[in-house]
Order: sequence, then structure tokens, then C-alpha cells
Amino acid sequence: MKTPKHPISEKEVSHLAELARLELSGKDVTEMRLHLNKILDYFKMIDEVDTEGISPTYHVFDLVNVLRDDTPHSPESKDLLENVPKKKGRYIKAPRMI
Amino acid sequence: MSSESKKIKIGLEVHCQLTSLKTKLFCNSPSDYREKPPNTNICPVCIGTPGSLPVLNRNALNYATMVASSLNFEIMSHMIFFRKNYFYPDMSKNFQITQYDRAGGVPFAINGYILLNDGRKIRLGRMQLEEDPAKISYDGTIESSSETYVDYNRAGIALIEIVTEPDLESPSDAREFLNKLSSILEHLNVLDLGLEGSVRCDANISHRGGKRVEIKNISSFKEVERALNFEMTRQKSLASKGISVSQETRHWDDVRRITISLRLKEEEQDYRYFPETDLVPVTLSETFIEKINHDMPELPKEREIRFQQEYNHSSEIARVLVKDKYLADYSEKAAKESIAPREVGILLAVNLPPFLNEIGKDLKSLDVAPEHFAELADMISKGEVSRRSAKTIFLEMLKTGQKPRNIFDKKGLDVISDSKSIEDIVTKIFKDNPEAVKDAAKDTKAINFLLGKIMQETQGRVDPSIATKLVKQKLSVQ
Repeated sequence: MKTPKHPISEKEVSHLAELARLELSGKDVTEMRLHLNKILDYFKMIDEVDTEGISPTYHVFDLVNVLRDDTPHSPESKDLLENVPKKKGRYIKAPRMI
Repeated sequence: MSSESKKIKIGLEVHCQLTSLKTKLFCNSPSDYREKPPNTNICPVCIGTPGSLPVLNRNALNYATMVASSLNFEIMSHMIFFRKNYFYPDMSKNFQITQYDRAGGVPFAINGYILLNDGRKIRLGRMQLEEDPAKISYDGTIESSSETYVDYNRAGIALIEIVTEPDLESPSDAREFLNKLSSILEHLNVLDLGLEGSVRCDANISHRGGKRVEIKNISSFKEVERALNFEMTRQKSLASKGISVSQETRHWDDVRRITISLRLKEEEQDYRYFPETDLVPVTLSETFIEKINHDMPELPKEREIRFQQEYNHSSEIARVLVKDKYLADYSEKAAKESIAPREVGILLAVNLPPFLNEIGKDLKSLDVAPEHFAELADMISKGEVSRRSAKTIFLEMLKTGQKPRNIFDKKGLDVISDSKSIEDIVTKIFKDNPEAVKDAAKDTKAINFLLGKIMQETQGRVDPSIATKLVKQKLSVQ
């Protein structure tokens, strides 16, 4: 049921789950839809602020052009790889994708 | 049917790594990842560990500005980066840092163009600076592999994306366009095309105003023309059977050399683009852009004009030479060593390509110095060798890497110039071929047979115009 009060449909929840590679049961989908809609309703409060004529803020500081020189550091792969839960040799294992 | 709808329309989305950078786009991990063991050139930023922060590479910004400027783009004075969100292990933070031209995003540059040889303008809609994702390998194929193996060495390498409007009208247009683009990038010294995977391309193609098909996974510029030719033939053959082409994404299989239908799960809105607030905006002042333009290396178009002025090359020859930076540099070295730079141009732009095509190699892999071409050009221009002998020397030089002068001495290929020797040869040929002489007296076309015999006898060491004159003289007194 798509009403202004419940902007996210069950179909959209299923689609989101698929994009996030999550398996949801029919019961999960109904429940997630309720949760997501509650969150969205809560965020709707932001809509009450009048932003007419105000340009978007992408960053809270006025900093621009923070740049670094193109000088390589020795890589730190040893420590990083120790934190990887699943490996095959030096490869990082991930689930199949299709 | 209007001529517009008969046309083939092709648009390209080109990804080029900025291979001259020493580090990745947003971190100090070294960029020399090729041949390295998997997951060697990585750091918390490029594998996206929590709390790590990206910082833009200054040279990447300089190089991208050079590229945008040389491709006639309008460079944005204020730009931001965006996150493109998706769940796929090639980016462990589940998004790619890129730029976007919608939802408040600003790309690096807009409205560029490249001119084809016939003057047609190929419009470039936009250019973006973004990070390359990781490389994924499989056990067997993508379909059969039970798990995937990720190597983050490539993750975070600086890429520029250039998107054309659908202004290309044939697969050969696409080849010409990519040749021009790569020559420009190589002249800027930002890209080494020879590095595996340094350029990739997606293409879209529609036939007679039909639906647009996108081809993904074209892994080199050379493959683009092939993939487009396949797809064009497929669409034409569907049309001839009265089947309409469906709008879809197809995958280029460079082993089987076919395109295969590919269902993509994500749609544009699924990427949930939003600003990457871990990076601050970038502003490029006019002074900065002017400085970049001032320091810009010579571009192919300027070089083409200089080649005509400095080395007396024809415009056609100059155009062929600058198509490839290696060839252009090579020809310039040879031309500087020669008293006949124009001959050098002809040897390299006209005579060399068919030879390379035949043996399936490139100039880089031949063991022939530019000085060899200079020497041969000098011998030709001084009249020491005939065109025909020059060809023999040329082929021998390319095959063996020997100096032209040595081949010349060994083979005795000097031009026979004294008229007494030539007369003796003509007399001999007349004596050996009495029937042909009779025919030639009646039919002037038969003279060619006698000339051919003379050339054979002398291995082409006689000037054909002198030989013709002598044969005609001799026939008239028969």
C-alpha cells in the first residue's frame, strides 16, 4: 500500500535487500518496511525547515584544495592482511557474486 | 526514411588511468601495482578501513587539468567529489569516489571535443576524475566460481572518465577517435598505453534510429573497433530478419570475440549518489589553468604542423607520424640525422606500416635504430640506390637490423648509371628474347615485358626511364 504516510513499498524493500545482497523472508520484509517508514517519517521533520534561496552545504568548513604531494609511502599490507578474516594466499576472499 | 535514421550512432565512455602518477588518487600507496603480488600496494585508505581519510593527489589534479584543457573542455572552477554506492567487493568501502553531473554534483569538465581528420567534431559531454576499483579473479569463470578473490592493488588508482556524445558514425570513426585521444594523452605524458589495463572502454551503438545497446568490458582500444563491428553486424542482421533490437547491456567476450547479453541489477538511481564529505571541494583559479596551459607539452596537432615546416613532410605523412607518440619521437630522431627528412617520413609512414602489419609486430619490437632509416633516406635522396633496390635494402634492414650501407655493399645494389653498361644489358635482353622484340615492334604494350626482363637481370638497379628510352631507341632501328 503506497500512501504518503508509508512512502516505501514492500517491493522497494525487497529491491533494497537484493542490492545489499541480503536475504529477507516475507515476514522480514513487512517488518523492515515498518521500520524504514518510521525512520523516514522521523526525518520528514527536516522538510519543515524553509530552505528557499539557500544554497546546499557540502562541507561545514570553508576549506578547499586540501592536496598532498605525489610521493609514495611504503605500503602497510602486512598488518592490513592480518585483519582479513578469509584469505587465499595473498588474495582476499569474497562471496560469489552471481 | 531520413538519412539521419539510416545512420549508425556510436558513443564511447573511455576510462584512462593516469599512469605517470607515482601514488594512487587519494592515498600515498604506490601506483606501480602491475607484476606485484596481490594486496601489496594497499593502505587503510584504499582498502577503506574505518576512520581512514582520503586526500587528493596534487599531480592528479594537474594532469586532469592538462587533459581537460587539451581536449577543449570547459573546466569547472568549483568541483566536489561524490560517492557512488554499490555492494560489490571491488570497492571494500561499498562506494567508489567519483564525480557526478546530477543531484547537485559537478564533474571535472564539460563540453569538450576532438576533431576527426575530415573535420567532424566529436563532442565530449563530460570528464570526471575517479578511483579505479580492485581487480577480481575467479576460480574458472564468473558463473562457475564458488567464491571470488580480490586484489586491492588497483583499488584507488587515478582514472579519468571521458564520455562522448553519440557523434561517431562507424566503428572506424571510433578507432580514429581513440587513436587521436591516446596520442594526445601520450603526448601529455600522463598515460602509457603499453601498460596492461591502462585504458578501458564501454561503447553504445544504435542502428537506424533503433534501440541503444551498451557494450561493456572492452579492455583495450584495439578491441573497440572489433566489438563495434560485431555488434553492428548483429544489429543489422536482426533488422534484416525484421526483429527489433532491444535496449540492453552486453558484455564483450574478447576470447570468443562476441557480445553476450548481460543483465545488470543496478539502475542509475540505485547508486544513491551523494557528496563525499571526507574530501573538501576543489577550486581551480584562472591563473592555475593558465599556468597549466603555459607549461603544456607539445600536442599532436601542433607537432603535425611543425613536422611539415621543419622536416618538409606532406600533411598526410605528418598526420600518420603523430598518430602514435613513439613513432613521432622515432621519426623525429631519424629526421634530425638525415639530409633528406622528407624521405625518412615516407619510409616510416608509407613503407613501414604494411611490413609491420604483415609480420604482426610493432616498431618498438624491431631492432632497428632511427639512424638506419636516416642512412637509407640519404642514400635514396643522393640517387645512390634505385627505388627498387631501396625497397630490398629496407626489408633486409627491418628483418636483420643491419645498417643499410652494409646491406648495400654486400648485395651490390649500386645503381648502374653508365650508358655503355645499360646498352650492353639491353642488347643481351634483345638477343635472348627475339619473339618479344618482334611483338614490341608492333605493340608498344609489349615493351613492358622487355623492361621487366631488364629489371630482373639488373635486380632493379637501372633507372626505369633510361631503360625505356634505350629500348625504344633500339626498337626503332630494328
